[in-house]
Amino acid sequence: MVRRLPPKDVVIVGLGWTGSILALELARAGLEVVALERGPWRDTATDFNIGTTPDELRYSIRHELFLRPRQETVTMRNTPDQLALPIRRWGSFLPGNGVGGAGVHWNGQTWRFLPNDFKIRSNTIARYGDKALPDGNHIQDWPVTYEELEPYYDRFEYVAGISGKAGNLKGATQPGGNPFEGARAREYPTKPLTQGYAQDLFTKAATERGLHPFPRPSANISEPYTNPYGCRMAPCTFCGFCERFGCANYSKSSPQTCVLPALMREPLFEARTECEVTKVNLSGDGKHATGVTYVDSQGQEWEQPGELVILCAFSFFNVRLMLLSGIGQPYDRDRDEGVVGRNYAYQSAGGSTAFFENVNFNPFAAAGSLGAAVDDYNSDNFDHTNLGFVGGASITCAYTNGRPILYRPVPPGTPTWGSAWKRAVKDNYQKVTSVGAQGSVMSYRDCFLDLDPTYKDPLGRPLLRMTFDYKNNERKLSDWMSDRCDEIIRAMGAKTTQKTPIRGPWSVIPYQTTHNTGGAIMGDDPKTSALNRYLQSWDVPNVFVMGASAFPQNAGYNPTGTVGALTYWALDAIRDRYLKSPGPLVQA
Amino acid sequence: MALSTRRRLLAGSALFGVAAAFPAAARTIAGAMPWNPNEAYPPSPVLPGRYLFFRPEEAAAVDALVARLVPNDELGPGAKEAGVTTFIDRQLAGPYGGHDWLYMQGPFPANPLPSQGLQSPVVPRDGYRQGLAALAEYCRSTYSGKVFADLPPAEQDKVLTGLEKGEVKIKDGRAFFDLLLANTMEGFFSDPIYGGNRDMVGWKLVGFPGTRYDYRDVMAKPNQPYTLPPVAIGGQPAWGNR
Repeated sequence: MVRRLPPKDVVIVGLGWTGSILALELARAGLEVVALERGPWRDTATDFNIGTTPDELRYSIRHELFLRPRQETVTMRNTPDQLALPIRRWGSFLPGNGVGGAGVHWNGQTWRFLPNDFKIRSNTIARYGDKALPDGNHIQDWPVTYEELEPYYDRFEYVAGISGKAGNLKGATQPGGNPFEGARAREYPTKPLTQGYAQDLFTKAATERGLHPFPRPSANISEPYTNPYGCRMAPCTFCGFCERFGCANYSKSSPQTCVLPALMREPLFEARTECEVTKVNLSGDGKHATGVTYVDSQGQEWEQPGELVILCAFSFFNVRLMLLSGIGQPYDRDRDEGVVGRNYAYQSAGGSTAFFENVNFNPFAAAGSLGAAVDDYNSDNFDHTNLGFVGGASITCAYTNGRPILYRPVPPGTPTWGSAWKRAVKDNYQKVTSVGAQGSVMSYRDCFLDLDPTYKDPLGRPLLRMTFDYKNNERKLSDWMSDRCDEIIRAMGAKTTQKTPIRGPWSVIPYQTTHNTGGAIMGDDPKTSALNRYLQSWDVPNVFVMGASAFPQNAGYNPTGTVGALTYWALDAIRDRYLKSPGPLVQA
Repeated sequence: MALSTRRRLLAGSALFGVAAAFPAAARTIAGAMPWNPNEAYPPSPVLPGRYLFFRPEEAAAVDALVARLVPNDELGPGAKEAGVTTFIDRQLAGPYGGHDWLYMQGPFPANPLPSQGLQSPVVPRDGYRQGLAALAEYCRSTYSGKVFADLPPAEQDKVLTGLEKGEVKIKDGRAFFDLLLANTMEGFFSDPIYGGNRDMVGWKLVGFPGTRYDYRDVMAKPNQPYTLPPVAIGGQPAWGNR
């Protein structure tokens, strides 16, 4: 039997970065806020103790912090004619779970997308003609510009204490920063991280090749910092346990480090953990959300009424909740109609790995965002004429870790076991570095999310089904970027290199990136977007949907900086406009 | 403020009202960080001793198998000396052994795409039980009644190479080999608290310093050899009784 709870002003689904920021700001605005989180409570002192956090088996291999596929996973196929099967064990991506979400175990690379990324469709057509767009694409301009988002990028970066060097302050190019970035109003809140030996080689080689290297913006911060919420951070010690781990050192920005200490003091806020929202409840006409239904860890069903419902789960699960609740028209690939599930995208990759002699790269001295980068080949920072692809990549020389269960580079052709293997592992641990490209993925009619017809979660609800593969555009991009990476690493002094472009169908097995975007995208046209430019559902205006699910396609960067900026952008719209006059903020 | 004026006045009492209506099935957290000093969730140290999952003949086979995968040679101890058999045994006895955290609902179609990853209903515990039995059977019939542990190292390597290449035809042979190799590497390189990597021999082999957690000195002096010995969650042998 469903038990009904007293109503709240705001019901937030998922207590990660976006949920915790909105909860804090809306509680401070005088609203009663409840956040429902299906995973456990987690805080730094209890869960990420410095004596037990550096544990590769527990966290990286056995996946302790991630959503357990037994609770929910997605099914996957490469093309619409194939049978989708469940991802039974995470590999290619690692969705988070619990308070803090994926913001607990991210690496911390915190970028702003480039001004061109927000206008990629119209700019590409203007510069190269509409034949330059790939076959079957669904590429859309964003409904916001870089200039509109700039103050919100700034707010997120200052909450997170990001370490970096500005390359463009109010239009003036700054030495040492990224000269291609959009104009920013002020410097990063903390200075760039100290770089290691491989990054020094990269910076020298890239400069000699006429490129423009800079330290990658990092949420593993370089110096003590107190953020605008009064949360205090300590400098990163390069322990090499970022991605897949919580930070015990208060050095990596996360909801735990940067938001929760302030949020938990708000008297109008309450978090409920191990409570899985199963549905957003709608009024009879389907145009108004009345609250949510959730199931607690003992199977009891509750109805939580609320006047404003904000979906702040990971991208997949926002989309799935919309589909299960009937918010917006589901995307139908055959008819190319509908919006929820449309424009799923991911991240492309490429690069070159090299074996050096007589070096000590000390890969264990690392941080999730340690790295030197160039942006010369990103977005439209270079001439795409006759290249056969649109989009670009950030190119980086980085170590995120040297943890030896997974990090044991050996030259191609080395046996996988035995004395020869053992010798190669010993000899090469210090000698390998790589230059990697993190590329954009465009949106396509054939890459989408819908509900699976066969596989269900333990509550009997259909799993989300993903249909995705890399298209020729992304494969050409990966090949071309791998060549550029190879040029740089050879200029660093490498004699033998191995290029690593995309080959074969996209596979769920090797880890690639947890940058799953789209499915509930923002746009100017309700026929081709689920959300308006304020991340508000076109169909149910008291539902807002945060996160990378709103990206119309993905850029050549990690998404969290843009997710943070969109959150503050939506917050201002909710607080300053929606609350004064609830209803659609954009007329369809 | 259309939404909240009414209830803002009642906020305090509303909080208590909800808490009272809400049972202890899940956690409600409000008012402060729910943190207690010295509360943490450490792993339980594996204690050596009798096996929890392996039968004696299985443990003997795993000892022999992992000793070939990571041999004891001039570079140092191998997987057997590092306690990898105990590591695998304890892993199989825990949630990993049953794939307790994974999605294991059917159907399991016979011909999944390679890109769809793990699609077998066989959990690691069954993988070992069946794989070791099939290997013993294969060895007995091929080597006149001997089991894997009885073979000379060169013959053992031949069997392992055949398993890896799919030339030794036992049921799910390649899957068994992949499972065994992955678990061996986990056991050789994971923190010693889980029973393998005894004396941090895996870390010493490559030069991984373990859980030292602060490498600002390394960053300050690039391209220098790192000379400090590794440290594990349980500390370091030189520090006491570990």
